Amino acid sequence: MTTQTARSSQTALASRDQLTENEVVLTVTGLDVDIRTPKGVLRAVNNVSFEARAGRTLALLGESGCGKSMTAKAVAGLLDPVADVTGGTVVLNGTDLAALTPKQRLKYAGPELGIVFQDALTALNPVYTVGTQLGEAFRIHQGLSKKAARVKAIELMGHVGIPQPETRVDSFPHQFSGGMRQRILIAMAVALNPRLLIADEPTTALDVTVQAQIMKLLRDLRTESHMAVVLITHDLALVAEEADTVAVMYAGNVVETGPVREVFGSPKHPYTRGLLDSVPADVGRGADLNSIAGSPPELHRIPEGCVYQSRCPLVQDVCRAIRPALEPEGDGNRTVACHFALTTDSKELDNV
Amino acid sequence: MSDTIASTLAPVPLLDVRGLTKNFHVPGRGNNVLCALDKIDLHVGHGETLGLVGESGCGKSTLARTLLMLEQPDEGSIRFEGTDPFGLKGKQLLAWRRRVQMVFQDPFASLNARMTAGEIISEPWATHTDLYPGKKARAARLAELMELVGLRPSDGGKSPQEFSGGQRQRIGIARALALDPDVIVLDEPVSALDLSVQAQVLNLLNDLQKRLGVAYIFISHDLSVVRHVADRVAVMYLGRIVETGTTEQVFDRPRHPYTAALMSASPHLDVSGLTPRNRIVLEGEMPSPLDPPSGCRFRTRCWKAQDVCATTPPPASSSAAEPLHAAECHFPMTPEDLKTAGAPIKPKNAVNLLAPTS
Repeated sequence: MTTQTARSSQTALASRDQLTENEVVLTVTGLDVDIRTPKGVLRAVNNVSFEARAGRTLALLGESGCGKSMTAKAVAGLLDPVADVTGGTVVLNGTDLAALTPKQRLKYAGPELGIVFQDALTALNPVYTVGTQLGEAFRIHQGLSKKAARVKAIELMGHVGIPQPETRVDSFPHQFSGGMRQRILIAMAVALNPRLLIADEPTTALDVTVQAQIMKLLRDLRTESHMAVVLITHDLALVAEEADTVAVMYAGNVVETGPVREVFGSPKHPYTRGLLDSVPADVGRGADLNSIAGSPPELHRIPEGCVYQSRCPLVQDVCRAIRPALEPEGDGNRTVACHFALTTDSKELDNV
Repeated sequence: MSDTIASTLAPVPLLDVRGLTKNFHVPGRGNNVLCALDKIDLHVGHGETLGLVGESGCGKSTLARTLLMLEQPDEGSIRFEGTDPFGLKGKQLLAWRRRVQMVFQDPFASLNARMTAGEIISEPWATHTDLYPGKKARAARLAELMELVGLRPSDGGKSPQEFSGGQRQRIGIARALALDPDVIVLDEPVSALDLSVQAQVLNLLNDLQKRLGVAYIFISHDLSVVRHVADRVAVMYLGRIVETGTTEQVFDRPRHPYTAALMSASPHLDVSGLTPRNRIVLEGEMPSPLDPPSGCRFRTRCWKAQDVCATTPPPASSSAAEPLHAAECHFPMTPEDLKTAGAPIKPKNAVNLLAPTS
């Protein structure tokens, strides 16, 4: 608690300078999120652990419904009222966010954690100018006047590459293009120089040429301020290009983690391997892709034992009985949750 | 050398589109003509797949809708095996509609939630009554279609929301196949699906084409998907087709700077770190089609643009070595340009990386 009060009294700029490359910024341990539904309580995120480091990008990779966005919302404290964190810790720079009251969290995590959502038009308020929305962070956390906040907002808009910020500051969200709106969201997220930036599918709604611009902006901001970035995406190629480490999620569980190069170069979990094989880049035209049979289980039908058992070509009796834990693999910077983790010369899956 | 893009395409077309232009009138003051399609030339041969790529707002979907006669073009012609469908009436028109079908992007919005899967797939026969007449024949054909797309015929009584996304897209495909079409227009058929399910649907489409010989017009913004399915590719920008050629030509040796930028902007699944890339990051976004730039439409974002680009619309040109590979550009990309601009999408990366190293 002492660190917390000390930190919140400092200016945002000072906190940025303290970050050193590769320092652990966020540690999530054993995070559980339950959703209350009329059908009963569903486990949307189960025992998820990962780490984000300063100046590095961690990718949470998975298909829709795997719990990656729910994990991000739990970390940011933005869960819907029907969802609760029921276990685990979320330690941001030494303070467990899950233990804070909403008021404490606002004060502490507000300036320290920024989040960028997928759909900028929904994330922005249509009835306020972008200047008002950008200035809000400065007014709340730094107590600036309206006028001073507007100046800050203009500065920020220029910083994220919005042309003519002095005139655009009084425009409404709908007057901007998709790419510009996403820049505004990013500006809001980094306004107070956070230590951690969560980007939840930040470019999924954008065209590739604009996606390249936005990813470049995120990279530049990360380099500039050494913030840790958690990139949530379903796009393997984006992970390959943007992330340092990756955590692959399936049906609410992390099934494999490690440096992107190693995980994609020699996947150890059959699901990771299946995903990589599904990318239509590595087979000739007209040839069949090695798709994964079936589809992910629905949340109320997640089986006992391994979550991937119904689609796994290597499934055995033990997989149906015991859920494999996330265990260290190799030299220790990789983990995998599988009873039959693949080795580099595994041929079992080559012609399935 | 060829003067129009059309003359660079397949020799015996099933579908032959020339000079297709479609303007929309937008209410409001000032210039209110939105040119969605500007003199589009296209050919599609029997049993082939034409990939249509471009960013949102470039006119891909308007083109698809016009090919299906859902929009009336302002200029130009569509010839379907020599006949102009816009000149058809009554029974002939009905017969033509049978031959061109569509699969929509969003399998969650494009299926009527109040109908069962079986009703959706067999609904086209309510209009085309002469096809599979009789209850028995229809039931048999329905079962056959469902099996063909990998659905259990016993699930015909279920409603769409009881199926997963991939299964719903299979229902959409079965509905399109119900009239035994010659061409299916697929408008972003897999972009709403997860990767593992997307691969299943792509395999299905591939398999159906081999078995039935149907031609596809495959619209997608996902270049790796287009590379996988298409025989030929047309790249659209702001209502025009700026480059066409075989898939290999367009992907490996793009001639138009926009194509090169598009290839360069899409992320690669290459983690070997062996091919450092100088990515082309275009500035700005696509200009408004209400006020397209003079001359070359791409010039406002093009790093090679010169004065001539602002005054003269570039003609389609191709190199002597690849006469069927045309681009509308005054300064097409050279092999040297491509080297410095970073390699375009490489198809073999993932294979190398996943191959056992031992």
